[in-house]
Amino acid sequence: METKIRKKRKAFVETDDCVACGCCVKVCPRDAIEIWKGITAKIRLEACVGCGKCARECPASVITLREVPQ
Amino acid sequence: MKKKWYDYLWIASLAYLLLGFFNILFAWLGLLCFFIPLIISVATGTKGYCNRYCGRGQLFGLLGGRFGLSRKKDIPHWMKSKWFRYGFLIFFFVMFFQMLWNTCLVFSGAQDLRQAVTLLWTFKLPWHWAYHGTVFHEGVAAFAFGFYSVMLTSTILGLLTMVLYKPRSWCVYCPMGTMTQLICKVKK
Repeated sequence: METKIRKKRKAFVETDDCVACGCCVKVCPRDAIEIWKGITAKIRLEACVGCGKCARECPASVITLREVPQ
Repeated sequence: MKKKWYDYLWIASLAYLLLGFFNILFAWLGLLCFFIPLIISVATGTKGYCNRYCGRGQLFGLLGGRFGLSRKKDIPHWMKSKWFRYGFLIFFFVMFFQMLWNTCLVFSGAQDLRQAVTLLWTFKLPWHWAYHGTVFHEGVAAFAFGFYSVMLTSTILGLLTMVLYKPRSWCVYCPMGTMTQLICKVKK
């Protein structure tokens, strides 16, 4: 049987539109997000597991999940 | 995650809105929501208030999230554009200064105190039941009525966008949030 390999996904922030409210920080189960200097959310990609909680929570919908190379 | 004391500040926000129905002079407490975010952003260069202490944001998060009063749809693109956010900030400022001007008129005696709360900058609601006189000048009450109008209006807008879009949609165009982010950008 062939197993399907799912590509890894990670969260990315459109920093230009981010309002730095910090909603994403609160829901991240891996503590992978910080608000950088009160300007934008920044994701530590090495900690992100691509669960998508932040993307669902973001009131401005500026976080998207993107596939990354393994 | 273990809850911290500041995760319960939504209770303070709710209490503030309710107290305004009993004694309008409590509206003065709302100045805390204006000064604390500004002080935090000027002093530390962060949006610590939005990120941690904003009770209003927590209240929307709770009502829209746990209580399910939100469609959880994406906010329209124009609403998160810089034009709208800065435009709303300027509009809010203009309305705020108009309110301060009216307060000045009452202080100077040029205008009588109107015991009314103005919703959405248009609709004047009689609010005399929450005014029991003041030991200070009537202008103190005029400011309270004006300030409570600002707070109630923004709550209504926040509730509307909470229902239509995501729970904390208000945070996207909140004038205080826009202003503190601007301060942080300047400080960077």
